[in-house]
Amino acid sequence: MTEFLSALANYTFLQHALLACILSSIGCGIIGTYVVVKRIGFLAGGIAHTVLAGMGIAYFMEGSPLLGAVIAALFAAVFISFIKLRWKQQEDILVAAFWSVGMAIGILFISRTPGYSVDLMSFLFGNILLVSKSDLILMMMLDIVTVGIVFLFYKQFMAAVFDEEFARLRGIRIEIYYTLLMCMVALTVVLLIQIVGLILVIALLIFPAACAAQFFHSIFKMMLAATAICLLATMSGLAIAYQPDLPAGATIIVTAGVFYAVAIASSRLLKQLQKKSVAN
Amino acid sequence: MNPIIEIDNVSFSYSHIPVVRDINLVIHEGEFLGVIGPNAGGKSTLLKLILGLLRPDAGKITVLGKSPDKGRSRIGYVPQYPAFSRDFPINVRDVVLLGRLGETRWYGGYTQEDRDIAMNALKSVEIDSIWNQSIDSLSGGQLQRMLIARALASKPDILILDEPTANIDVRAEEDIFALLKQYNDHMTIIVVSHDIGFISGYVNRVACLNQTLLCHTTSEISGKTIEELYGAPVRMIQHIH
Repeated sequence: MTEFLSALANYTFLQHALLACILSSIGCGIIGTYVVVKRIGFLAGGIAHTVLAGMGIAYFMEGSPLLGAVIAALFAAVFISFIKLRWKQQEDILVAAFWSVGMAIGILFISRTPGYSVDLMSFLFGNILLVSKSDLILMMMLDIVTVGIVFLFYKQFMAAVFDEEFARLRGIRIEIYYTLLMCMVALTVVLLIQIVGLILVIALLIFPAACAAQFFHSIFKMMLAATAICLLATMSGLAIAYQPDLPAGATIIVTAGVFYAVAIASSRLLKQLQKKSVAN
Repeated sequence: MNPIIEIDNVSFSYSHIPVVRDINLVIHEGEFLGVIGPNAGGKSTLLKLILGLLRPDAGKITVLGKSPDKGRSRIGYVPQYPAFSRDFPINVRDVVLLGRLGETRWYGGYTQEDRDIAMNALKSVEIDSIWNQSIDSLSGGQLQRMLIARALASKPDILILDEPTANIDVRAEEDIFALLKQYNDHMTIIVVSHDIGFISGYVNRVACLNQTLLCHTTSEISGKTIEELYGAPVRMIQHIH
């Protein structure tokens, strides 16, 4: 641990990694909460895997993979919300199609790009130690957009995720807010891909908010708690991975998974204790 | 009395199976209308048509002289089954506050005025003491009252309730109808019910619906009408209040 801290003081790449943890935790806590309460983890997974197509194409064309990721994620978000709103019956099949075809396109383009293998791994499993200054700036911008939109439309999002029918009756245009929400899920997925890569991103999006859901019964409190839990999971995962030189992304996910298991177990225990004290 | 909802020759079918046919009904300001009829008789469908959630295949509906899409902001709607899941992390007051949407500012959180209105709505259904409980802890009666409070929070001109007492006990049912009777002073109320005898003590007109509108009358409902409506003699139970 002390070694991690002294390294942190000396190496910019670690400082960048830590900043990336902080920036991604904000998006993760806010949007992860919506994903958990609306139960759209599978849709978010579809978006995450479609991102590889954008990254692959951008890489092939020598553009910025991150920008490619943003474009592909937004594209997938708009289409998947269209599917959800219009073709509800075939939702699972269509999302699965996006999921796998998106990845396949990405792999095809990357295979046609010379010297691909290292980068493919970092897309899939994250490259937190390679986060650059410009990545951090983009991450910060994504955070500002997310926080700003959620602040402006907090009520509308609440209505849309809680009770669509009633929201519609109160004049909320569900299609617009649902699509906007999916776009923000997409941007958050891109944020988190920097940390853990696109295969593991769903776990990081869901675990912190699912932990928070065990203890908090309000969306706002869940958002705050999920942000804190995500921050704790990413930073401690990073610290644990440092000395034995483990893959940081995978270590972070396992840490978050342990947090989730502990959260479920302790909330069960707490409920049993409460029942006992009521019975006595 | 001014007409507040006009239903003109309306028909609707779900993929070729007709649900309601040739409905003509004018609902006037200040009425307390009971809509009765057998299951699958089209009661909920008629409400959804009035609310603009469904579009008629034929005919026309106006709400306050406008199309249902535009007029429905003046309607408070209490659904038969809540469309949300009971384990959603939200408390009673925050559910009621959703009724302020469309009435309050479009950005940011709720105003103090919204919160006051929500608390008053909770007071009027007598569950203001549990405003900060999360919804998974509510009883059936409390949940129903919360849904009524949410409808009241938009300060509607018309209150529409779909089987508001289907999932609660008789005692709570009487309480809720007594409340509705009070609201009728300043609101038009439409309530769907399967319990003919019970609502006749509260409403001032009854519309009997079994695909078509069989009667809409202020007079006592006769055994013959009921037989026509349900296709079999139904034992009438006298409710004494």
